[in-house]
Amino acid sequence: MNNPPETSLQSEKALKRLRRRRAADTRFRMYGLAALGFALFSLVFLISAIAWKASGAVTYHVVKTDIVLTPERIAPDGNASPEEITRNIEGFYTLVRDDLFARFPNAGDSLPVRQDFSALVDRLAVLPLARRVARHPSLIGQSVTVQVPVSDDVDLFLKRSSPRSIPFRIGAGAQISPGQGGGMVLTQPDLDSVRATLTALGEHDGVPSVFVTSQGAVARLSDLGDEAASFELLAGDVADFGGTPLKGLIVTVPESRRTISDLQIAWALALRSEGVIRRVPHTSLLTRTDSTYPELAGSLAAIVGSLLTMLVTGMVAIPMGIFAAIFLEEFAPKNRLTQLIEVNINNLAAVPSIVFGLLGATLLLGTFGLPRSAPLVGGLVLALLILPVVIIAARAALRAVPPSIRSGALAVGASRMQAVFHHVLPLAFPGMLTGAILGMARALGETAPLLLIGMVAFVAEVPSSTTDEATALPVLIYSWASNAERAWEPMTAAVIVILLALLVIMNVIVVMLRRKFERRW
Amino acid sequence: MVQQLGQLPMGWLLTALLVFVVTTGFSVGRIRAERYLVSGGHKFHSRGNYHGYYVAMWGLLPTLLIAAVYVLFSQTAVFGLLNSELPEGFHTLSKAELQSYLEAVAGAAKTGGYAGADRIFATVTSRFLELSGSLKAATLAAMSLSAIGGIAYARRKVAPDFRARLKVERGAEAFLFLCAAIAIATTVGIVASLLYESLRFFAQVPVTDFLFGTRWNAQTSAEFGALPLFFGTFMIALIAMFVAAPIGLFAAIYLSEYASVRTRRYMKPLLEMLAGIPTVVYGFFALLVIAPGVRAAALGINSLLINIGVTSEPFLAAQPTSALAAGLVMGVMVIPFVSSLSDDVINAVPQTLRDAAFAMGATKSETIKQIILPAALPGIVASMLLAVSRAIGETMIVVMAAGQRARISFDPSTDLTTITVQIVALLTGETQFDSPKTLSAFALGLVLFLVTLGFNLIALRVVQRYREKYE
Repeated sequence: MNNPPETSLQSEKALKRLRRRRAADTRFRMYGLAALGFALFSLVFLISAIAWKASGAVTYHVVKTDIVLTPERIAPDGNASPEEITRNIEGFYTLVRDDLFARFPNAGDSLPVRQDFSALVDRLAVLPLARRVARHPSLIGQSVTVQVPVSDDVDLFLKRSSPRSIPFRIGAGAQISPGQGGGMVLTQPDLDSVRATLTALGEHDGVPSVFVTSQGAVARLSDLGDEAASFELLAGDVADFGGTPLKGLIVTVPESRRTISDLQIAWALALRSEGVIRRVPHTSLLTRTDSTYPELAGSLAAIVGSLLTMLVTGMVAIPMGIFAAIFLEEFAPKNRLTQLIEVNINNLAAVPSIVFGLLGATLLLGTFGLPRSAPLVGGLVLALLILPVVIIAARAALRAVPPSIRSGALAVGASRMQAVFHHVLPLAFPGMLTGAILGMARALGETAPLLLIGMVAFVAEVPSSTTDEATALPVLIYSWASNAERAWEPMTAAVIVILLALLVIMNVIVVMLRRKFERRW
Repeated sequence: MVQQLGQLPMGWLLTALLVFVVTTGFSVGRIRAERYLVSGGHKFHSRGNYHGYYVAMWGLLPTLLIAAVYVLFSQTAVFGLLNSELPEGFHTLSKAELQSYLEAVAGAAKTGGYAGADRIFATVTSRFLELSGSLKAATLAAMSLSAIGGIAYARRKVAPDFRARLKVERGAEAFLFLCAAIAIATTVGIVASLLYESLRFFAQVPVTDFLFGTRWNAQTSAEFGALPLFFGTFMIALIAMFVAAPIGLFAAIYLSEYASVRTRRYMKPLLEMLAGIPTVVYGFFALLVIAPGVRAAALGINSLLINIGVTSEPFLAAQPTSALAAGLVMGVMVIPFVSSLSDDVINAVPQTLRDAAFAMGATKSETIKQIILPAALPGIVASMLLAVSRAIGETMIVVMAAGQRARISFDPSTDLTTITVQIVALLTGETQFDSPKTLSAFALGLVLFLVTLGFNLIALRVVQRYREKYE
């Protein structure tokens, strides 16, 4: 019964050291996990931030109303040719605006008021209507239902995104009585929450505006006392304020510091409660082309431009890359030249994309005089850019085909060319295709080279051939992101979502191809 | 008549003609070969199809050459001809004005909307249509003739003992080689165009002024000291590597050494998604989310420092776009470039090394730190170099989130500009490359190309050496 001699491994010091080492081990593992977590968090954060921003562009506000297309307005000098009708945007605009303005008989008819009112809808918004009438002149004189987007300021306000607004309710206890100057007085109002909010907001360069609305009438708070609050009427009349409880809205930014005036807010709220302004799906984002007004802009031209560019890229890079890979993998003699090509391909894969843009600008535009801003040039530049990617993937696919296939073909008397094209290529093709699609996905998202060959131009017409002026989706994202107005942010995010969706589709195709054709030899 | 030819849709015509030549050539060759077969008694060296391919090849080759020459040079040729005929007054125009005038003419000719324009413009346009119309007609005629000639020549060769297959295969191999040689042609094209334009630039601005000057103001005045741009590029790449190096490396270590096969299978593609997101999306994200965040943080630090009395002036610049914002987002973007290659090289370290370390009683982290990482070090360094090269050449993130001001400042919340930002700023919307302003973009491009090439070559060499060591 003798105790084993205490070894140094069981001494207090040794155990402590062991604990320390184990703790270090756990810590190290945690670092790895944290790094991975950070990377994934970044990915999720990026995507959700953009998706959240894009959600603001899923719907937008339009004015929907019936107007009579009076000939005097549409063809004032009796000329009803399609060109004249399309050119007469002012006439259509006046029709729509006057129809809306007629709903506010109390607004007065001074020029500033009219100008203020005109800002609710941008002039160019009636262009589709004008084109429709130009196509069907029989509509003149008829009553038609028109749907035109409201201006971006109004849209942002009604979406409560800018300027920020806080809703509140006034309980049924308040009594309404007419005040001086056509105004309105609320006695016993329950406005403590409003008072608290106003105090909290303070008065930077002016007082926040407080509105109450009821059935198409809108009034603005002019004086907030302890017993009574007086309002001035901005739209509708006092009779409309019959049924309490009233809905209210505090616009936190003072009128002097925002782009939408109190009157415009009142009109927009009134029109919305009457159902004239309504929120509809923002399909014009996909069906219209670029515009200087955010509410009228769409990405159709850029989508078509991207597709045309991809067409050129695919038709050049995919066959060329596959043929180059076949040469290098199956036929190339081992000599200096082949080695040089190999080194070149590896290097080209890592050359910054903007350098390819410089190449396109000098060689394709300068030396060869190809048209600027054209999908043809963009497609060629991107084809050179993704060629290394396609070649490397295609070579990997060829290498994955076992040599026995080649030997078998050669053994029954096929030539080398026949062995490759009749036997190896069909087996390697799915793999080559996945590489090619991944290369195309990269080309689809590429921006910098396209900027240098002028594909950043403002394009208002859908390009119909590869030599027309065009832009591409990522370039549209770039140019919309550089616009100053807030309304462009959700629009840009929405186009990003479209672009990412296309990329996801391409990657899903790759995964499906791999699943279907994956083969272990 | 000739004018109407000017409106011909050449793209479609060329394609249709080429397709027609190929199908005709193939049929001609094959039918002739079949005829011998039907007449009987002949033993063919090659099958009928190969005779068809052979004839088609001879029809296609000259036609394709003519078409390529037309596509590449027709515009230049027509402009040149038109230029020599222009009336006296045009000679006072500068080259750029003339070019844009001619482009307007070409555009009007395409749409046909020149009837209402002024008389000179309309005359020039109709002359342009005549010239391009005759060129188009001549091209089509030349293509047809050469196709007929080629097909006729090749058809005579079709005979039972003609070795058509060997000829076709040799032609095909030459074509495959040409495709592979495009890679060399691209590199030569890049180097040649960058060098040519840079030399024109350095003829006007001394190289030393460009490389070592500290004032850059290419847009407004002729100050071409690119040092602030190099500094900005370096600074932002450094910030990016501060993010990407530890995170990419640790993620690679975790994935290759700790993670289960299942986790690895799902995590690796997710991580690589970061590299698949278009950079313009990162740029938007940086501009929208990160840059305001950086600014708010910088303002917070400023007021904190003032409150505790360290400084009385704002310490940080707190610009709306900043080097830090661009660098952070770029760091996230290059994480997969570090992690993917590092993961590969860590996996390539032989298992025996690990087993030996475990047998000595080392913990997993000790094995990694003292055995695996030193063994994989060259590969890891290479992955870092590739990531740096990617960060230096990255354009959209910095264009959108780094700013335009060229200066040297170590304050990360200030806006810096980079080589790529300036290239974009200098060349966007430019059509003529003859002023020092536009040419300087090519000098910058040359520097960018050489620097990234250097990093890549070193990295590739290291990886190759490393592979040889363990294989």
